[in-house]
Amino acid sequence: MTTQGGTAAVSREPATPEERPGVDEITILWISEGMSCDGDTVSLTAADQPSIEDVVLGLIPGLPKVNLVNKVLSPSLGGEDFLAPYRAAARGELTPFILVIEGSIPNQRIIEGDGYWTSFGNDPDTGEPQTLNWWIDQLAPRAWAVVAAGTCATYGGIHAMAGNPTGCMGLADYLGWDFKAESGLPVVNVPGCPIQPENFMETLIWVLYHAAGTAPPPPLDHMLRPQWLFGKTVHEGCDRGSYYEQASFATDYNSPKCLVKTGCWGPVVNCNVPKRGWMAGIGGCPNVGGICIGCTMPGFPDAFMPFMDEPPGGTLSSMLVKPYGAVIRRLRGLTNDMVNHEPKWRHNKRKLTSGFDPRWRP
Amino acid sequence: MTTTEARRAGRKPAQIVDMSWDPITRIIGNLGIYTKIDFANREVVECHSTSSLFRGYSVFMKGKDPRDAGFITSRICGICGDNHTTCSNYAQQMAYGVKPPPLAEHITNLGEAAEYMFDHTIFQDNLVFVDFCEAMVKATNPSVLARAERTEAPRGHLHGYRTIADIMRAFNPFEGEIYKQALKMSRITREMFCLMEGRHVHPSTLYPGGVGTMPQPTVFTDYLARLMRVIDFVKQAVALNDDVFDFFYQALPGYEEVGRRRILLACWGAWQNPDIVDYRYETMNHWGKAMYVTPGIIVDGQLVTNNLVDINLGLRILLGSSYYDDWTSEEPFVTHDPLGNPVDIRHPWNQTTLPHPQKRAFDHNYSWVMSPRWHHPETGQHLALDTGGGPLARLWSTALNGLVDTPYIKATGHSVRITLPHGEKLPETTLEWTIPQWSNTIERDRARPYFIAYAAAMALQFLEQAQTLVRAGETKVFENFQVPDEAIGCGFHEAVRGVLSHHLVIKNQKIANYHPYPPTPWNASPRDPYGTPGPYEDAVQGQPIFEENDPDTFKGVDIMRTVRSFDPCLPCGVHMYLGNGKTLTTTHTPTYGTDQG
Ligand code: SF4
Ligand code: SF4
Repeated sequence: MTTQGGTAAVSREPATPEERPGVDEITILWISEGMSCDGDTVSLTAADQPSIEDVVLGLIPGLPKVNLVNKVLSPSLGGEDFLAPYRAAARGELTPFILVIEGSIPNQRIIEGDGYWTSFGNDPDTGEPQTLNWWIDQLAPRAWAVVAAGTCATYGGIHAMAGNPTGCMGLADYLGWDFKAESGLPVVNVPGCPIQPENFMETLIWVLYHAAGTAPPPPLDHMLRPQWLFGKTVHEGCDRGSYYEQASFATDYNSPKCLVKTGCWGPVVNCNVPKRGWMAGIGGCPNVGGICIGCTMPGFPDAFMPFMDEPPGGTLSSMLVKPYGAVIRRLRGLTNDMVNHEPKWRHNKRKLTSGFDPRWRP
Repeated sequence: MTTTEARRAGRKPAQIVDMSWDPITRIIGNLGIYTKIDFANREVVECHSTSSLFRGYSVFMKGKDPRDAGFITSRICGICGDNHTTCSNYAQQMAYGVKPPPLAEHITNLGEAAEYMFDHTIFQDNLVFVDFCEAMVKATNPSVLARAERTEAPRGHLHGYRTIADIMRAFNPFEGEIYKQALKMSRITREMFCLMEGRHVHPSTLYPGGVGTMPQPTVFTDYLARLMRVIDFVKQAVALNDDVFDFFYQALPGYEEVGRRRILLACWGAWQNPDIVDYRYETMNHWGKAMYVTPGIIVDGQLVTNNLVDINLGLRILLGSSYYDDWTSEEPFVTHDPLGNPVDIRHPWNQTTLPHPQKRAFDHNYSWVMSPRWHHPETGQHLALDTGGGPLARLWSTALNGLVDTPYIKATGHSVRITLPHGEKLPETTLEWTIPQWSNTIERDRARPYFIAYAAAMALQFLEQAQTLVRAGETKVFENFQVPDEAIGCGFHEAVRGVLSHHLVIKNQKIANYHPYPPTPWNASPRDPYGTPGPYEDAVQGQPIFEENDPDTFKGVDIMRTVRSFDPCLPCGVHMYLGNGKTLTTTHTPTYGTDQG
């Protein structure tokens, strides 16, 4: 399966499926203790196609039984009770599991002496905070698959922007881009700041079908994103695209026209949100009045700032489209005017002028 | 703080056990609670709250284009990112001297109303209520559950549950009716949010100067249709919550002491009135009081001030027991506010964030959170204000101020009256929230469903006003502006769980300094240099323990109820079973259990 984007040549053929035994039960160990806002977990709860409850309650046919462990979603009161499955996995006693990381990974090595940027529970021996990095080092090599949820975990995101004090980065930067989990899958990246709820759920269930042995590995592009979700640009799915073609550009945010001159990066950003909407088809970005700030992209945010200015390439391309757009707009205007009138044969006079041929009449 | 004289008398020799919960579940963010519990006298004797995450927004925003601030600060919080964007835009609008068109204010207000409804519902019903559900009460207070089975629910005619235990069952994660309904409602209200602000969590259509949302009539119709679908749920939620909380006071006499602290509440106000607000600092006291939630600082039941200028000038960021170096030797960014009042070096406008990672030591530095305090000009004290989890302070301040008077909401000086129109099942209903006797765990939780009703009622008003504008053709939603070379600004707003301020300094058209203060640093702050504990610490420390379990099977439900009652910046979610229905086993192993009498 490939998805061809007119301007995005990032797709690759997926690996071919092969016979493999599947698993009937799998645990998802979700850690949101990276540099993040936990917005990906929150976004996940907005998904309805399918919902996370559907997956956990076994309502999706063909999936293995899923045990989800996520701090926000846990009925546990917290502490060691909550950490038990993570500890078991770190000791190699809980298999198979999918490790989901939310948030960017700080660089602990830049800290001189003691201290930590972020931690997840305490070291049982010393009582000191156990760093996120320690957990990743223990869990990633033992994981059946590793999934990065959100742009922070995939490519570093906001917290890794220029001038940050923590030296943080995405998971593949931390583990190495050639990292392979036990299943042979590389890190599966689902970017988005935050994840579009359904994009994440869909990727997760593909990985789960793969775990069940009923699907090939999900097709990923060179930045390890699912191809079918990130293979096209925002522009290619934007309902303001025809304004662009007609060179009708908004000069401020009061306008329904194309937003490229007020900061939209849609023409060069890989994301399906304007097409898919945000949840249940509602919302989005340029389609509903928000400039695309490139939140799914590896270069986010620095490459897109300042957000509210026209992208550098936008001046040239929107200038080139101007004469063509002006002609098209005018011609379409004429045609539009024509099709906005009723044909002249509709009237209530005594003569039929519709061109009907009354062959049955003498 | 909560120890009563009655409990002081007849004390047994203490039997102290260390208990800790790190990470705390069903919240967002990295929060740990470390306590010492005296099991002989069944009370918490000491509490430390710690946060183990540093990201550094105020560091990496320096030198950036100030117009980017709202897009960046949204990413501070994965549940109320829109509150940050809104607050940032308020601060920027002050700095740029721009006033958005009225329709833009209504659209922002509608988005924020949907956010409050979404976030409070999912937090209360899917997170907080798990601590009050049948399974949890059975595991912690079986005798209370037995009593709940025998107790008729006084408001059963409104919500349809016969006994209190029936309500508790409906709150059981996953199977419970209310639990499931709340999840659905949290999706509908998020759709309402997306109609106004594009995306949830991080909105796409909010800009300084207004919004980009296309103000077609359809957007408002779609919002209204969804609002009316949840209006009866909102009325029922209030009735259900009242029944359960009243029952707890009856079933466990003394429960009012759980999580009780001195009344030290802060509210910065929410929802601008487009007819009055002009975003100028010089007129801030005037338009601040015109907000549809009235700002105020309340100490021991008295309103200390509702002037945003006083509130602003009293802000102090103390290092407390946090992992930062001091900045007082740096050059101040702002020496005087636009009215000529001096600005303290510890004020957010002058803060410089200097992270210094180090070992966690509870007798020294133990948190990545600093200690925001409010400097009381009369007493000279640095008050550890709390937000009551948001709704408690908002309702309290609005009620006491008595200024809000709209078709659906009336503040009376001692209460807030909220009128909701008839829905599918229930008739038009007027709910009244009255200022409670205590600032405690139950009242923090009780205020939440009332505030959901408040938000629904405000949404109705904003919808009507927005539709009137749209129908009159007044559809402008954005006002252009220039970024000045030098300027300062501040924004005051309410995030879902309480006070939110953004302070901005612009030099050479770039951000020279930027400091967002969300509610959680207020609530989760560690001990400050004066030794004053932060609100979580203060509320937990000294609270009685009602849980029937012994130290080795102890779950700490009373403590977790208290911490969660503040809505730790760490809102929403769904509870999931761990594996095959494994529930709630607890292994908080005591590290020592000596007699320390
Ligand atoms: S608004 Fe953005 S994505 Fe849409 S057509 Fe214009 S440039 Fe492309
Ligand atoms: S359209 Fe742009 S801003 Fe919107 S979600 Fe996609 S990448 Fe992010």
